[in-house]
Amino acid sequence: MSDHLDCQQLLSSISDFVDGELNPELCRQIEQHLNECENCRIVINTLRKTIDLYQHQPGNQGLPLEIRQRLFHRLHLEEFLNHDPG
Amino acid sequence: MNGESIPETPLSLEALKKGDRHELARMVDLYSEKIYKLALKFTNNPQDAEDVLQETFLKAMRALPEFEGRSSLSTWLYRIAVNEALMLLRKQKPDLALDTAVQEEDSEEGISSNGLILADWCCLPEDELLSEESRRFLDQAIQHLPATLRGVFILRDLEGLSIKETAELLGLTETNVKTRLLRARLFLRQQLSRYFGERLKEWEQK
Ligand SMILES: [Zn+2]
Repeated sequence: MSDHLDCQQLLSSISDFVDGELNPELCRQIEQHLNECENCRIVINTLRKTIDLYQHQPGNQGLPLEIRQRLFHRLHLEEFLNHDPG
Repeated sequence: MNGESIPETPLSLEALKKGDRHELARMVDLYSEKIYKLALKFTNNPQDAEDVLQETFLKAMRALPEFEGRSSLSTWLYRIAVNEALMLLRKQKPDLALDTAVQEEDSEEGISSNGLILADWCCLPEDELLSEESRRFLDQAIQHLPATLRGVFILRDLEGLSIKETAELLGLTETNVKTRLLRARLFLRQQLSRYFGERLKEWEQK
């Protein structure tokens, strides 16, 4: 086995790599490949950015009031509607 | 009714299993927002998400007496919600890209470095990346994922569950989850690269 990873091998480990789930030896090989290969650098940066953009979607604003009301009615729990949902 | 429901008190599983309505209402208030948001991500449709939400709690209330507590209550509710959402999607689009697009989904075949879009759009300004229009594109792109990949991506990357938890919820092996996650992420990266690659061209011409 060569110490050198090709682009295809890098691609199949890329997801584990960005999650930090690879063993140190494979990480080292990937980092070495990234130093020498601009294409893979772009792929990995845009992959990270993709995940990042999805993880930072706008925050939660609570369950809309009408949805909570309809839910409680459907579950026949309407007498508890006045409780503070917290 | 004096509105004294104390959110700090942990739910009593015993009371829930006996059908204590006050306790059930507290359970609903504790988890309904999370479940609605989850359903919204799967379905991208408020009406469908509300259906999933209602069905989830209806089923949960019916099944609670037999709940054995082998998983936590929240994991158990999540599992019901995920199943409801997937069922609804299958009903709506039985023929559409649910499984067909990913024949070899659990192998690494088809993960090819050929045809990758190599636009380096990371440097786009934040207001471009986070614009209203970009948000809509991101939401749509998820909907183009085959459902088998979508579930994995939503649970792992949007909900922040671990590989193991995602595997348990979807009834997959951890290896399956990892392969699907890789495919889902590469698929979305490709979609976003096409989209933001265009933005990048416009931006550079300014
Ligand atoms: Zn490379």
